[in-house]
Amino acid sequence: MDPKKTLLSWPVVRQLRSGDFLGRGPSVTSARTRGLEPRTSTADKVVQSVCPYCAVGCGQRVFVKDGRVVQIEGDPDSPVSRGRLCPKGSASEQLVNNPGRQRKALYRRPGGADWEPIELSTAVEMIAQRFVESRRRTWQDHDEHGRPLRRTMGIASLGGATLDNEENYLIKKLFTAAGAIQIENQARI
Amino acid sequence: MQDLSNADCIVIQGSNMAECHPVAYQWVTEARLKGAKVIHIDPRFTRTSATADKHIPIRAGSDVVLLGALIKFILDNELYFKEYVVAYTNAATLVNEDFQDTEDLDGLFSGYDDELGSYAPDTWAYASSDGEGDESPGTIGGPAAGHEHGQSQSERSAGDQHGSGGPALEHARVLRDETLQDPNTVFQILKRHYARYTPEMVADTCGINVDDFNYLAKAVTENSGRERTTAFVYAVGWTQHTLGAQFIRTAAIVQLLLGNMGRPGGGIMALRGHASIQGSTDIPTLYNILPGYLAMPVAGLHDTWEDYVGAIGNKEQKGFWANADTYAVSLLKAWWGKAATAENDWRFDYLPRLSGAHGTYQTTMAMLDGEVEGYFLLGQNPAVGSAHGRMQRQAMAKLKWLVVRDFNMIESATFWKDGPEIASGELTTEGIETEVFFLPAAAHTEKSGSFTQTQRMLQWHHQAVQPPGDCQSELQFFFELGRRVRELLADSTDERDRPLLDLTWDYPADENGDPDAEAVLAEINGRHLTGDKAGQPLSAYTEMKADGSTDGGCWIYTGVYADGVNHAADRKPGQEQDLTALEWGWAWPANRRILYNRASADPEGKPWSERKKYIWWDEEQGRWTGHDVPDFVPDKAPSYRPEPGTGGAAGLAGDDPFVMQADGKGWLFAPKGMLDGPLPTHYEPQESPVRNPLYAQQSNPARKVFPRKDNLWSPSGDEPGADVYPFVFTTYRLTEHHTAGGMSRWLPYLSELQPEFFCEVSPELAAERGLENGGWATIVSGRAAIEARVMVTERMTPLVIRGRTIHQVGLPYHWGVGGNAVVSGDAANDLLGVALDPNVQIQESKAGSCDIVPGRRPTGEALLRLVAEYQSRAGSTVMTGNELRTGHPESTPDTRGG
Repeated sequence: MDPKKTLLSWPVVRQLRSGDFLGRGPSVTSARTRGLEPRTSTADKVVQSVCPYCAVGCGQRVFVKDGRVVQIEGDPDSPVSRGRLCPKGSASEQLVNNPGRQRKALYRRPGGADWEPIELSTAVEMIAQRFVESRRRTWQDHDEHGRPLRRTMGIASLGGATLDNEENYLIKKLFTAAGAIQIENQARI
Repeated sequence: MQDLSNADCIVIQGSNMAECHPVAYQWVTEARLKGAKVIHIDPRFTRTSATADKHIPIRAGSDVVLLGALIKFILDNELYFKEYVVAYTNAATLVNEDFQDTEDLDGLFSGYDDELGSYAPDTWAYASSDGEGDESPGTIGGPAAGHEHGQSQSERSAGDQHGSGGPALEHARVLRDETLQDPNTVFQILKRHYARYTPEMVADTCGINVDDFNYLAKAVTENSGRERTTAFVYAVGWTQHTLGAQFIRTAAIVQLLLGNMGRPGGGIMALRGHASIQGSTDIPTLYNILPGYLAMPVAGLHDTWEDYVGAIGNKEQKGFWANADTYAVSLLKAWWGKAATAENDWRFDYLPRLSGAHGTYQTTMAMLDGEVEGYFLLGQNPAVGSAHGRMQRQAMAKLKWLVVRDFNMIESATFWKDGPEIASGELTTEGIETEVFFLPAAAHTEKSGSFTQTQRMLQWHHQAVQPPGDCQSELQFFFELGRRVRELLADSTDERDRPLLDLTWDYPADENGDPDAEAVLAEINGRHLTGDKAGQPLSAYTEMKADGSTDGGCWIYTGVYADGVNHAADRKPGQEQDLTALEWGWAWPANRRILYNRASADPEGKPWSERKKYIWWDEEQGRWTGHDVPDFVPDKAPSYRPEPGTGGAAGLAGDDPFVMQADGKGWLFAPKGMLDGPLPTHYEPQESPVRNPLYAQQSNPARKVFPRKDNLWSPSGDEPGADVYPFVFTTYRLTEHHTAGGMSRWLPYLSELQPEFFCEVSPELAAERGLENGGWATIVSGRAAIEARVMVTERMTPLVIRGRTIHQVGLPYHWGVGGNAVVSGDAANDLLGVALDPNVQIQESKAGSCDIVPGRRPTGEALLRLVAEYQSRAGSTVMTGNELRTGHPESTPDTRGG
């Protein structure tokens, strides 16, 4: 007989002693359960953030351990959301960590049947070259009345409503300087 | 958002707030707990309806009739807030005698041009003080720089420029009759315009019975006035129509008449759907505007700097838009730095010019025509999320190159191998010559930056971790792309490359070697460039100068980086502040939370009531004070009266609360700025089983249509063939998914919660068509046929419109066809065609015509045959639905594109 097991460790006695009369609380926990701690309490740091889904702008607290996001919860300090998140906001840890998320750059050649791996830097250089070439090919200096246009109608963009203000600013600035005007986002939709 | 809890009545219309903005809905719940009445007006009974005092089902697209009837009810029963209306709105202002109403012209306002399909708005102008025609300097209704035709304004989507204030007027002299009796006052015009918008008309058009209308009218008017306020809440249920901007204008008229603007618990709350969709409008990734709602220049209108400055804000008009030159110069200085000088007009010539509408739908059609070579998709999935998904995918198949930047392999990245057009045989993978780059994006936790939420508040999110693998932020990617493009052009002597080479593009690196987002925010905020303060951040946009001594990338955001502090990151806990919470985040302009809040005090500057006290004049201090940042010149006394004709902020009287309007007043009647009429008028949707009961003119005569073989419409009203697509469909969102699914259908949690595309139908419609709950249905429109699981539910109410039962079908639009998501399905947006609101070029996606039959849709070629067979039975041609003028013997088909 296990010397540590005494009469006092009998389940019924444990239930009575601990006040857990229904036997659904501490009297029936295993050592493993007793050793569990919430991810939020073992995190290395907590970072204040904002939910990336709709435009209510609920406050989030991002819990980080070993350089990885381990949990995202509502920020009770936010005067807008007061700690609450909806199903999407509550699932945003999975937005970041979901195993299906694409982490590598990919390339599909014209007429190609499938994706091919590509170095990120190579891809960005190829895009820069295509940007310059398309701009050159489709450049318009003036309209038919000789009025300045100074633009390309050969390069377009869609997106921005899910991005940061600072990102939209660089996008608009670069495209405008390049003469690309067909720059749009979800706000038109 | 929190201010909704101050409302005594909340009308939610065109929004399912409890499901689509659930966390914000807590403030509606708070209001209701304090006794507020909540009314939900929507085609479907939803969780919003379930938690409201009343749900009023409405036929999609008929909202102007309901709100117009509310205006009539307020006027007829003299329930408007008289002192507010006379002092703060343009009710007393006289309109040009030549103005003719839709009641005079059977559904058209004066100035309609049959040839162009749009309005010349000159006759809508305010009356002139010298009694002469509108060419005289006495007219303020005309465009500030010549009379720009509606056609041209529509093409540059000029309506968007009013995101931070009203349109420019030549000056601020107006004629007023404060007894409101002159037949040419706005007040009397309003009365005549809505005379036929009766409760019976509401019943016959919206399917809302007279008792329900009276309930709404009573609730709204009893909860407005000195002591009480009512708020309206809307979302894309109002915007996505061919007269969407006018839906919101109608609510604005109601709120101005009831004195609910600029006051706590009042206003009109727009619930936007993306984390920074407000930010991407303020700092626009949009074709027609520059940061801060400055116009993109248009060839022929703004060829010179003088033309441009005169057009964007005239020095003689009232209010802060008169300083638009300082905003524009500061922007050009931010972009082109030392290269921008007074001598070269600040490099205004570096800006590209518009020459028509270049919105996302026009661009899609240009792709189909082979005019667009390259396309960037930045966190957006048009193959699923844009109207007419088929057109979107076929357009992308014509590109030379496509860059998709996203978290997941969205349908817009894979249409070339598993899109519906591959399945139907219309396209083949090997036949699609598009080169596609997929670049993975960084998440919000992997980068620092600010989102602007729906109430104009910027909130900073801090980077928590490094992006994995090749994932990059847009900041990293675009900085790098710009660097490489400039490198490729470094030796260029071509003049066209100067704007790129002279561009300020030298952001400091953060600790990870990436461009520092806070440095970009500082540039957006603006700096002093000369004098003692050189290099210091600006504190307010009023510090901006037109002489090149300041820069600033977005004037409305000036102040967010005042004193070098990132106020978007202000985080004093809400529980340590009052409800307004001015020390959490930063709202533009000037950290103001309620716009036009000077209107919360009476003309003498005293609160309208103790209960609704918000901003007031402190006589002792000689300043405005209260619970928010006053939206007024801080020390301008209520009694102040400027010299007649004074322009700019100095021209605002002490009781002109609408400081961004060119006459300082709230506009019941819009003498300028709206392209489809100065007053909202009911028109039927582009596709509708109902004939317009008010006018022979069926649909908005200024809407933008695109007569094309791939964009056919159902006949409407009593046209032959309309019965082929007898039902109304409307699209919507669910709590568990996000728009086109790019951020939700790849998440197992959310996919499990809402796994499959479905359609909602009433038990009556199910019986009529033999649809079984849980079974399959095929839904056919003029463009496509899709399949969905059937949900038979009493939440859908059949409406009786003039003795005829109209069924509506509800379709959540989150799913798409592809092989990579956790869950996929047919895309509801494939059913939609492209017809646009003329003010803002937004598509009509909340009301369309369809048929619904039991069973799954055919596949392959048979699917195409099914769609063609319906089109043929309906007799649809490229002209169906595309005649802008209807019901007039002299009307001729319109054959031009939009």
